[in-house]
Amino acid sequence: MMSPAARSGQSTENIMHWVLLATLPGGLALTWQFGWGVPINVLLCSLCALACEAMALRLRGRPVGFHLRDCSALVTAIFLGLALPPLVPWWVVAIACSCSIIIAKQLYGGLGNNPCNPAMVGYATVLLCFPEQMSRWLTPQTLLPEGLYQPGLWQSIHLVIGGGDLIDGITGATPLEVLKHKTGLMIEQVYASEPIFNRASWAGAGWEWVNLGFLAGGLLLLRKGIFSWHAPLMMLVSLSLMALFYWDAGSSASHGSPLFHLFSGASMMGAFFILTDPVSSATSIRGKLIYGAMIGVLVFSIRSWGDYPDALAFAILLANFAAPTIDRYAAPRTFGHSAKRNGVRPEEDQ
Amino acid sequence: MSRIWETPGGIYPPANKRQSLSLPIDYPQLPERLVVPLDQHAGRPCRACVEVGQQVLKGELIGVVDGALGAAVHAPSSGTVTAIEPRPAGRLSGRPARCIEIATDGLERWTRRPCVADYRQMSAPQLVDRIAQSGIAGMGGGGFPTAAKLTPNGLPPIATIIVNATECEPYVTADESLMRERACEIIQGIDILAHIHGNRARLVIGIEQSKPEALAALRAACAKSAMEIVEIPRKYPSGGERQLIYALTGKELPSGDIPANIGVICINVATVYAIKRAVIDGEPLISRVVTVTGGACATQRNYQALIGTPIKHLLRHSGVNNNRLNQLIMGGSISGFKLPSDEVPVVKTSYCILAPDIDEFAPAPPERACIRCGRCAEVCPASLLPQQLLWHAKAANHQQLEEHNLVDCIECSACNYVCPSHIPLVDYYRAGKVHIDAARQVKSNAAQARQRFEFRQLRLARLEREQSQRRAARRSAAVPSNAPRAPVARLSSADIIAAAQNRAASKQPTVEQTLDKLQRNISTLQNRLELAEQRLVAASDDPLNKQNSLRAAVEGARQKLQRAEQRLTEQAHG
Repeated sequence: MMSPAARSGQSTENIMHWVLLATLPGGLALTWQFGWGVPINVLLCSLCALACEAMALRLRGRPVGFHLRDCSALVTAIFLGLALPPLVPWWVVAIACSCSIIIAKQLYGGLGNNPCNPAMVGYATVLLCFPEQMSRWLTPQTLLPEGLYQPGLWQSIHLVIGGGDLIDGITGATPLEVLKHKTGLMIEQVYASEPIFNRASWAGAGWEWVNLGFLAGGLLLLRKGIFSWHAPLMMLVSLSLMALFYWDAGSSASHGSPLFHLFSGASMMGAFFILTDPVSSATSIRGKLIYGAMIGVLVFSIRSWGDYPDALAFAILLANFAAPTIDRYAAPRTFGHSAKRNGVRPEEDQ
Repeated sequence: MSRIWETPGGIYPPANKRQSLSLPIDYPQLPERLVVPLDQHAGRPCRACVEVGQQVLKGELIGVVDGALGAAVHAPSSGTVTAIEPRPAGRLSGRPARCIEIATDGLERWTRRPCVADYRQMSAPQLVDRIAQSGIAGMGGGGFPTAAKLTPNGLPPIATIIVNATECEPYVTADESLMRERACEIIQGIDILAHIHGNRARLVIGIEQSKPEALAALRAACAKSAMEIVEIPRKYPSGGERQLIYALTGKELPSGDIPANIGVICINVATVYAIKRAVIDGEPLISRVVTVTGGACATQRNYQALIGTPIKHLLRHSGVNNNRLNQLIMGGSISGFKLPSDEVPVVKTSYCILAPDIDEFAPAPPERACIRCGRCAEVCPASLLPQQLLWHAKAANHQQLEEHNLVDCIECSACNYVCPSHIPLVDYYRAGKVHIDAARQVKSNAAQARQRFEFRQLRLARLEREQSQRRAARRSAAVPSNAPRAPVARLSSADIIAAAQNRAASKQPTVEQTLDKLQRNISTLQNRLELAEQRLVAASDDPLNKQNSLRAAVEGARQKLQRAEQRLTEQAHG
């Protein structure tokens, strides 16, 4: 190595630590609304992910401690733990986690080489394989009747390990599900009749706070310069524009307002934590803009016309596959060159 | 106030310049031995014109230019040549260079100095010749011979002369101290440059805002002249040639071009100073200002050091503490490179020797995988995609490296600086460039061999054709006449021998032979021109610079052909 060691002081570990810290507001909001299931998910995921990572690194003959210390496995685990529905059986968590770490990350060559976001691969796998368990979201705390609480710590552990049935009345539809199955009602009517909307402050009860939490964490990372604004902002803008375009004045054909889309489901978490995963996203500035816009459009399309009420995972995975091509076409003009040289060029003849 | 254009990318590392600016430029003691490399410039190494044991005087020519883009080498002090052999050199490649070692006698006896009373009486070629004789080469690090820079052949006239006084690299203050203390001489140097270009060019000094004292000194020195001093914001690498030209003129130097192609000369402030010393004082380039800094030095300051001074000598002068020394760096903390030993000498392009202590530069953390965060792309002054380049460099994919414009990397190391995974990206790029060059050399050798073979085949085919045509013509001329053949004069063997002896005696080729040779030459050149034209047509989709080079090749071939034809007509008529 010839280059001297003068460095800016930023490091991969440091970045990962900031990302972990920034998930706190969103995670706390989730815990407040959905109870002990959330921290249990996060803990299970973390243990499982670290174990999988250590095992895979060992099998690949890489220094385990050195690579574990970059905290990337922990970041994946926490994203996954926050994305999975609370109180989902432990084996669903384990399968999701091992898919994330072993298949989506280590089999491709570890950190930096995975084409797709590992957390989203794990999430999509279990969403496709275990739709029943994965569609079982709890009713947010805000909507629970007086005197009824989310299951306590021991009961939660019991439910996760033993897999017992949830008490009726705690499970409930998410705002996206409610709006999807509104069957010909006008938006105003849905908002008037459904408690998840009429008891909400501005979007969907419970979920609005969760999204606000992730937004706060995201803004912190933005301020710390962990990622640039391009991809998240473009995703939120394109999602809003799509919602506005199909708003249809709140008629029975409407798919919900921009505000509703921004603060429902995994919008904010996706925009600030999953989209900004540098490994699997586009890297040039223009590439990031295109990548973000593409995800916004896909999220809205799948939410509105697809089978899944929220499909951020699918939108992101599709865009992940597109990212290298986007980068290829969105490369900046090199200084001193008159025209861009991008796109696929024919092999030079020898 | 002139407009300033903002260059892409860039970083803002701590400047760390104050340490070495508190003391004025010092003259270190004469070292006992000077080691002067013959290779301190862009082109081929010089040829030594002295012998071991020979006495030399200060300023005497000891290495003559050998090939294009060379710069002469002079004895930095008087003494005896004790060795001419390869020695470790402070070069990026780490390869040793052929050096002339001089044991100094301490007398500092000068050779004759061709002082000039008034350079305005001298013509531009005379001045350029003076600069060439003085062995001046770009002292900002490039080592491009200044005489070659000042006389670009066949290019547009120089409209702008830019004096690069930015010195954006952290720790380095050699130029800044020079400007603070010798601003007048720098301005005189610029006047000489202006005179060479007929006093028509716009003169601009580009200097970073962060050097108020140097700025004030320059302002005071050039108060009466038409020079513009343009302050540019502090940013690394604002002092890169391409970056500075863009910042001051808004012109992007096309990839692969030299500044003269767009009518600009960009010249470092230390080089300008050397020009003044060469022209007005008659001193060849035998010393330069070099910063010796870093926490391991007891005194951090600038030295007017003789070329060939072992850096060990300067470090001892600065009281470097070897126990605290972390690494030894030639250049600044960002784009400099580690030195293999402290035996290497100061050369024309050494502007800084950095001896940081252990606390200053933490040991390089281990390299992690690239997470494609894109910070490198944000800071790249050439708007490259460094992480893609890294990927292709690791895979040794030369085609992709070229496609991603690796050649446009100026190796400023801004990407190294920001990389959170501590990847020494530029090291990978340098290796990639070396591999590409090697592969291209192999390819071009093969292409040349093939071309020669093709020419030969073409020539033989043409000769065959012409011969058969001649035969046919003779036959058709012979057949209808039907006349009895004239008796062929039979030559006796003695005659033949005499004729052969005659031929051998007159070594000069006959007129016919010369004509034939010229004809052959012309047909070869015709073939070459045709091929070049075909290649140009085929390359119509290629980037402009490649087209330009092909166009130049066609033009060259055409000119050669014209010359050959001219010679032929001269021969035929004379």
